[in-house]
Amino acid sequence: MDLKTLTFVVVGLSFALYIGVAIWARAGSTSDFYVAGGGVHPVVNGMATAADWMSAASFISMAGLIAFLGYGGSVYLMGWTGGYVLLAVLLAPYLRKFGKFTVPQFIGDRYYSNGARLVAVICLIFISFTYVAGQMRGVGIVFSRFLEVDIVTGLLVGMGLVFFYAVLGGMKGVTYTQVAQFCVLIFAYMVPAIFISLNLTGNVFPQLGLGASVATGEPFLAKLDMVVHDLGFQEYTSGNKSLIDVLAITMALMAGTAGLPHVIVRFFTVPKVKDARSSAGWALVFISILYTTAPAVGAMARYNLHATMTPGVLTGEVFAEGSGLSYEQRPDWMKRWEATKLIKFEDKNGDGLIQYYNDKSKDAEFLAKAEAAGWKGNELTVDRDIMVLANPEIAKLPNWVIALVAAGGIAAALSTAAGLLLVISSAISHDLMKGILTPDLSEKSELLAGRIAAAVAVGVAGYLGYNPPGFVAQVVAFAFGLACASLFPTILLGIFSKTMNKEGAIAGMLSGLFFTFGYILYFKGIFITPMAENIPANWLFGISPEGIGTVGAILNMLVAFTVAKFTSPCPEHIQHLVEDIRTPRGAGGATH
Amino acid sequence: MTSPDKKSGEAYWKATLNLLTVILVLWFVVSFGFGIILQPALDSIHLGGYPLGFWFAQQGSIYAFLILIFWYAARMNKIDREHDVHED
Repeated sequence: MDLKTLTFVVVGLSFALYIGVAIWARAGSTSDFYVAGGGVHPVVNGMATAADWMSAASFISMAGLIAFLGYGGSVYLMGWTGGYVLLAVLLAPYLRKFGKFTVPQFIGDRYYSNGARLVAVICLIFISFTYVAGQMRGVGIVFSRFLEVDIVTGLLVGMGLVFFYAVLGGMKGVTYTQVAQFCVLIFAYMVPAIFISLNLTGNVFPQLGLGASVATGEPFLAKLDMVVHDLGFQEYTSGNKSLIDVLAITMALMAGTAGLPHVIVRFFTVPKVKDARSSAGWALVFISILYTTAPAVGAMARYNLHATMTPGVLTGEVFAEGSGLSYEQRPDWMKRWEATKLIKFEDKNGDGLIQYYNDKSKDAEFLAKAEAAGWKGNELTVDRDIMVLANPEIAKLPNWVIALVAAGGIAAALSTAAGLLLVISSAISHDLMKGILTPDLSEKSELLAGRIAAAVAVGVAGYLGYNPPGFVAQVVAFAFGLACASLFPTILLGIFSKTMNKEGAIAGMLSGLFFTFGYILYFKGIFITPMAENIPANWLFGISPEGIGTVGAILNMLVAFTVAKFTSPCPEHIQHLVEDIRTPRGAGGATH
Repeated sequence: MTSPDKKSGEAYWKATLNLLTVILVLWFVVSFGFGIILQPALDSIHLGGYPLGFWFAQQGSIYAFLILIFWYAARMNKIDREHDVHED
């Protein structure tokens, strides 16, 4: 069977599995629709949370980012896992005890204000749409590259599938399909990683392979450092960002993770407070399988890429005659990816060989040697997003592994998209309609409104995926920065400060939101032209737009406490509510 | 529900905050401490083929987060029972 047919079969089988699970787990009530009836086992919930969390970015882009950033990629690894510690100890058990359906509902009730609830709904919708558009884009890329259908058809198939199980099944359908999707995506990620680790280091665990030695006896990482250094790149195991920026980005990613509504809402689905605590741990167990493998995938992909393009670098003879690969003899995978324009070759010195090196190296001696060897600049550009998808092809793995990776990438994108669409629809039907606009909505009409909202959201997400506005590329800055600066501190203060009042919370949320949003626009200029060049010299305290959410969160809390000090104190019954959510006993099922 | 009397409620909350502080200090040390601030210094030590600071940043901190969450969940269950606020 050729690769294309095989990919159709594998992807088709995975879709059949999701549809079967979705039919088995239909939603019958609003409680099923919003929180899966509140009866999901913590380990099952952990697995569903892991699939919900690991998006097209985790599956497709992260290892590629690490491959090209080396140590610099660590901020994503620590940031996107460390957030679960904050979630487990600061938020999840208390929000579970509170026992309601949505994040804006907690903020509205705790701060006795529909205004606060509305601000939370706006934050949630912006964060979630930014995120979901990226997922739909991921679905489109996988379809167009592996199945060679055009991107619109790919998007329509993906939208139809998400529509089917998110709209019919609600949280219940999504939870159980996510369990199936987790199994597909983790299998698809691990198989090539294990093969490649075995090939390079003889170690079956990629986590250990990364710390093991290559055939010649040198440690793999030392060899990789030498390879990238000889080609003029920054050494793999050291970073080049300023300390304060690395700290701020890591913190923003951690607090942002803990503040993302589609992650928080997963902890409303377990039966008890006790389960909310351990479920965060189970989620991280399943997430860390991929997150501890990604550094090995990234490093080994980088090594294989250089070894393919510049075979001479392995023997230390970078500048010797013919150290680069002849373009005529380039491997088949490169030809296939050239068609997508994600890898490009331009023969600057006309010698027919590929020179892939860092022509912007700060090492003058290196550049002089390159020039003496007749090199006229770097000739190859590689899009980092292809590293995971092309990895099995680069490592010459069998076709069924390549087909599996396609199914895994689609599973990662679909599971995250479904979770996001669900929080968007519940924010609209439960918070905006039932909570603020039409409080006398019956349960049946609310369920219908939820389904219609989910259907509309699928359509909007599909459109944004086909025609992504500029802000979609800034998911890290926008989604995490805004969750970190607006939702996270407000929820935190709602639990840990009994005296925080409505005026303080609203003022804090708005200042965190506007400051962070404004700072990102100022440098990235999404809807406007940037007002200053995005370079360290211009940044506030040397913190990049990716890390500014940390400053926004601090500002949020400072403003909240200052305003609370000068306005009317928090009412008695709310203080009792806070005392109540701090003790586990008496947690019933989630209700409205 | 019957809320515990005020004094035992305060003792429970104090025990919770103490545990939380310990967890968050360790969380900070393994990631921001070993993985970022002390990374250049720790890299002179090796763990197999891994420079130690690099290992903490890309592997060790994640394992530590896992241990911290399960340890927290177990300790909290014990504190819940000691203060008689556990479920069922």
